[in-house]
Amino acid sequence: MYALTIRQLTKTYPNGVQALKGIDFEVEAGDFYALLGPNGAGKTTAIGIICSLVNKTSGTVKIFDIDIDKNIEAAKANLGLVPQEINLNLFDSVLNIVMNQAGYYGIGRKLALQRAEKYLRELRLWDRRDEPARNLSGGMKRRLMIARALIHEPRLLILDEPTAGVDIEIRRSMWEFLRQINASGTTIILTTHYLEEAESLCRHVAIIDDGTIIENARMSTVLRKLQREVVVLSLQSPLEKVPSIDGYETHLADDSELEVAISRGQNLNDLFVALGAAGICVVSMRNKSNRLEELFMGLVESKGSGSVAQNGSAAP
Amino acid sequence: MNLRLNWVGLKTLVRKEVIRVLRIWVQTIVPPAITMTLYFIIFGNLIGRRIGDMGGFDYMQYIAPGLIMMSVITNSYGNVVSSFFGAKFGRHVEEMLVSPMSNATIIIGHVAGGVIRGLLVGAMVTMIALAFTRLEIANPAITFSMVLLSSIVFALAGFINAVFARKFDDISIIPTFVLTPLTYLGGVFYSISLLPEFWQKVSLANPILYMVNAFRFGILGTSDISIAKAYAIVAVFVIALFSASMILMNRGVGIRE
Repeated sequence: MYALTIRQLTKTYPNGVQALKGIDFEVEAGDFYALLGPNGAGKTTAIGIICSLVNKTSGTVKIFDIDIDKNIEAAKANLGLVPQEINLNLFDSVLNIVMNQAGYYGIGRKLALQRAEKYLRELRLWDRRDEPARNLSGGMKRRLMIARALIHEPRLLILDEPTAGVDIEIRRSMWEFLRQINASGTTIILTTHYLEEAESLCRHVAIIDDGTIIENARMSTVLRKLQREVVVLSLQSPLEKVPSIDGYETHLADDSELEVAISRGQNLNDLFVALGAAGICVVSMRNKSNRLEELFMGLVESKGSGSVAQNGSAAP
Repeated sequence: MNLRLNWVGLKTLVRKEVIRVLRIWVQTIVPPAITMTLYFIIFGNLIGRRIGDMGGFDYMQYIAPGLIMMSVITNSYGNVVSSFFGAKFGRHVEEMLVSPMSNATIIIGHVAGGVIRGLLVGAMVTMIALAFTRLEIANPAITFSMVLLSSIVFALAGFINAVFARKFDDISIIPTFVLTPLTYLGGVFYSISLLPEFWQKVSLANPILYMVNAFRFGILGTSDISIAKAYAIVAVFVIALFSASMILMNRGVGIRE
């Protein structure tokens, strides 16, 4: 069963900007799905339409097989949204914000209070429950928006850049929390600018650019499309000149760090054999740049030059 | 429509609005109390003594129903327009828009908040009036139904203003340039029988005149206009403004991109 089905969705704003040009994709129930794209690609417009914050121009949106044009209220009952912009009533208390949201979904106050305590504790906000939201830090406000979106325990949770501006420690704890929510059966759609986040959390990814979907597949399938990766090797002993290793492009970042480009078809085992034969001892290794980022840039650039882009070409 | 969900949603909205009114009581409750006390002292007591009787009542008694109605109207309107526009401006209106609550529930919840504040202030102004003059309610049913319906009309009007408003200036234009002149010219301080015939006819186009006079009839038993006509006009306004609010919400005017 699909948690979300989108067919030929278009959006043209009154100023003539065509934000979505007929996108198609679906998200399986239980999936952790990344929707990536540069600023202005159409991600937030798509999310806005799904959550009925933006009127679509044409196309269909179904949430757990419920068409939003036919039964919007039933469709929305399955949905939780953590928007990109802070949209809290900053004068209201933390507890009131989540309690009110529960009420809007028809949840009685007794159950709402139990859930509010559960989610505010899990997101480390329970101690601040009586404070107005304006007193919270940026990261706390983002966590509060997550608690608010979960209070009615939606089957589909959409997070639009939930960790923007959040420090690393909180971001990691939010990732762990989202993994738990997903493991408990909630389908999650995530947009993020931290591609490491998408790579770490999501099983499927769709890349949207200029209102069209240019890639849509399993994360592992997408990452396999990488043509070339650069790894940085920390060396036990410094080198005076760039070593020549047959078949590999090498570069010395400094005398103890060697960068090696590995193309598709090559592998690390052969590289280490060659390094050993050259008398080079490696103590650690890391990717020079985020793999998804590299792929993302490659896809967007190649689309720009007109060589890629079949809309929704690789269905999951 | 899921009735239980919408009922809980409505209770939540009303509760939220009441908490808001009480939380900012210095802005919502105190100003009308001070303004109305000044009206009673200056117009009712100081100037009113020189005016003498109007419509068979002393001037203080005559203006009291009008001043109560004026407070109800302005506060019902002001509550909804500021609350809903504030939610739009702070974007927390999205909390309601993404929820499965119906648009009718969202409108009724905000209107109920406006009515509660209007009636709360109206009751307070009545207390202040009783400190200056004697009021006996001649027709309780007319008094309460007219104040309630008038409050609903202006709460709905405030909602529509908030839907269209894009900046804070937009929520003060209608109260300043439309609501206040219509209220002052709506027979709060005088009987239209004092006006020349032409201006009497012009005054009859002012809906607030009917509300003020029907409410005055409820309290004092005297009116410049037909009470049945007043009910008909108020009912038409309630239906028309609620329908307009529903159309605007369904189309997403001012709230959905």
